[in-house]
Amino acid sequence: MERLTFDLATQPLRELNTFLHTGAKEGKVGHVTVLNPDGAHNIAVGLDCPINVEVVGHAGYYAGGMNKAATVVITGSAGTGVAENMMSGKVHVRGFASNGAGASAHGGLLVIDGDAGLRCGISLKGGNIVVGGSVGSFSAFMAQAGRMVICGDAGDALGDSLYEAVLYVKGTVKSLGADAQYEPMSDEDIATVASLLDQAGLDHDPKAFRRIASKRSLYHWNADANQEY
Amino acid sequence: METKPVHFKNLSREESYGYDRKTLDYIRNAAAHGLYEIRGMGAKRKLPNFDDLVFLGASMSRYPLEGYREKCITKTLLGTRFAKKPIELDIPITIAGMSFGALSANVKEALGLAATEMGTSTTTGDGGMTPEERRSSKTLIYQCLPSRYGFNPDDVRQADAIEVVIGQGAKPGGGGMLLGQKVNPRVAKMRTLPEGVDQRSACRHPDWTGPDDLAIKIQELREITDWEKPIYVKVGATRTFNDVKLAVHSGADVVVVDGMQGGTAATQTCFIEHVGIPTLAAVRQAVDALEDLDMKGKVQLIVSGGIRTGADVAKALAMGADAVAIGQGVLVALGCNGETYFQNGGHHDAIADYNALGTAPGFCHHCHTGKCPVGITTQDAMLEQRLSPAVGAKHLKNYLKTLNMELTTIARACGKQNVHHLEPEDLVALTIEAAAMAGIPLAGTNWVPGRGF
Repeated sequence: MERLTFDLATQPLRELNTFLHTGAKEGKVGHVTVLNPDGAHNIAVGLDCPINVEVVGHAGYYAGGMNKAATVVITGSAGTGVAENMMSGKVHVRGFASNGAGASAHGGLLVIDGDAGLRCGISLKGGNIVVGGSVGSFSAFMAQAGRMVICGDAGDALGDSLYEAVLYVKGTVKSLGADAQYEPMSDEDIATVASLLDQAGLDHDPKAFRRIASKRSLYHWNADANQEY
Repeated sequence: METKPVHFKNLSREESYGYDRKTLDYIRNAAAHGLYEIRGMGAKRKLPNFDDLVFLGASMSRYPLEGYREKCITKTLLGTRFAKKPIELDIPITIAGMSFGALSANVKEALGLAATEMGTSTTTGDGGMTPEERRSSKTLIYQCLPSRYGFNPDDVRQADAIEVVIGQGAKPGGGGMLLGQKVNPRVAKMRTLPEGVDQRSACRHPDWTGPDDLAIKIQELREITDWEKPIYVKVGATRTFNDVKLAVHSGADVVVVDGMQGGTAATQTCFIEHVGIPTLAAVRQAVDALEDLDMKGKVQLIVSGGIRTGADVAKALAMGADAVAIGQGVLVALGCNGETYFQNGGHHDAIADYNALGTAPGFCHHCHTGKCPVGITTQDAMLEQRLSPAVGAKHLKNYLKTLNMELTTIARACGKQNVHHLEPEDLVALTIEAAAMAGIPLAGTNWVPGRGF
């Protein structure tokens, strides 16, 4: 398999993305290195073939956005919405991630070695997210499906208005959001956490995590329950 | 026996303006349930609208075109600013975004079939794209909504344009709502929700928070589609002058402005009736914003919210819109609020089913219940059979054809060979309110309230 390098200091972003959408699908190039990203937005978005992309440095907004099948590694930090709406494949941020990491991801695996900002995993729809560090407030807001493993701490309102997504946290949680509750860890939960940690290449004791899921009390209108509508 | 004089009955039964019977019902309903009313359709209150404007047909000072012989162009181009493949439509009348979930799969297919036959576009909604609507629609606009239900890059790639929805006229500032009755297995699966939940979706996008972010989000959609597809931005009408400017700043090819008469499948009544501004006022502000930025004709404007007739279309275009989008009118053409539905080759009475909902044809706004008596806003396996794609498409095609004929009739009468040549100078207002909102002089005067004499 060939390797190809794009230098964003001299080549326009559009050239990189167009190659990843068309040339990459021919299957000759197995690995693309992106040099000098310098915080550019929308690097390697909308990929839909099993190619490896390595972004050497920091990425701006939406890096690896709507990824399907590809593996995108960012050696630095990533801006808002990294791997947003991912369908499959893997996005790995070796540094930190800003707000809305993995927002509405339907599938695939997002790994953030460092901390993630606000609303990590918001509207998650089936993807898996593993955060090596801590996550900001309102993470997993309205998360519908999929799993989040948080090795550090979580901010306020974790898992607010959760649907069927499940969260696992090792550190402290500042507060749970509406309708989120702690639940006992089953053997299956422990196996799930172990598997996700393994896929993320992070070394933690899966038994040290707590499970958070939905109370399901907001699923239906119920005026008598004094819910805050 | 003592009898009371009857001639005081109108005095002793005087209805209060502030506490009329409707208001009394509202209070009693609130007291009984402790929960606000949710319903479908748009604002029902009397609002200044396009009926308050009339055209100045050609006479001595203008030269009309022959109504039946001379050509009047209706071709409409949308998305010419950045997209490599702009949308080209035969008529300036499009189908507004309505979800599969709110509407049955049959209805979505009917919309696509009719739109394709008429050379116009149809739009997905909150809940993703169905294969039926993609197959049946030659030109399909794919909405990117706050909820991102069913949103996926394959559908982005197979769409003809992307519409980033910030809000809708019926509920600017509110998220989608679909009550449990309509969240059947297929809808639930498409939206990744448990079956039967009362779905209340997000009102803010998950991955951007303001116009500067939106600019980057739009760039992402362009990069994903290799800059081929037009990007629309849809806003509910409120601070329309500023919102349209910000949409243009964010890089929109097309701005969609939805006024408060715009419909919904389920929203709080207080929201529908009390949040947002009338379409008439919104069009003026939107056009002013585009002109202020010297973007008129470069960024196209689609107007929706209470467009019902060919005259409404003509007036919207004359005020400066490039196209209109229709939702409720389209549903009525399919049979919404009709007394009968057409199934197995014959008409069937639907009145009993309206009665079961506590309503009657002509008043129904019970889209939220999923029990649409004529099979339009439903996910019920039996009810949805009441509207077949072919029958619905035939009626909708007729409706769109009629609107287009009315539009060209008016354009020709005003001496225009192209409906896009209609201009504000062709209009006058019948009421002071409409004159002020639309910035159109009161008939017989040069007076636009607020602009002096």
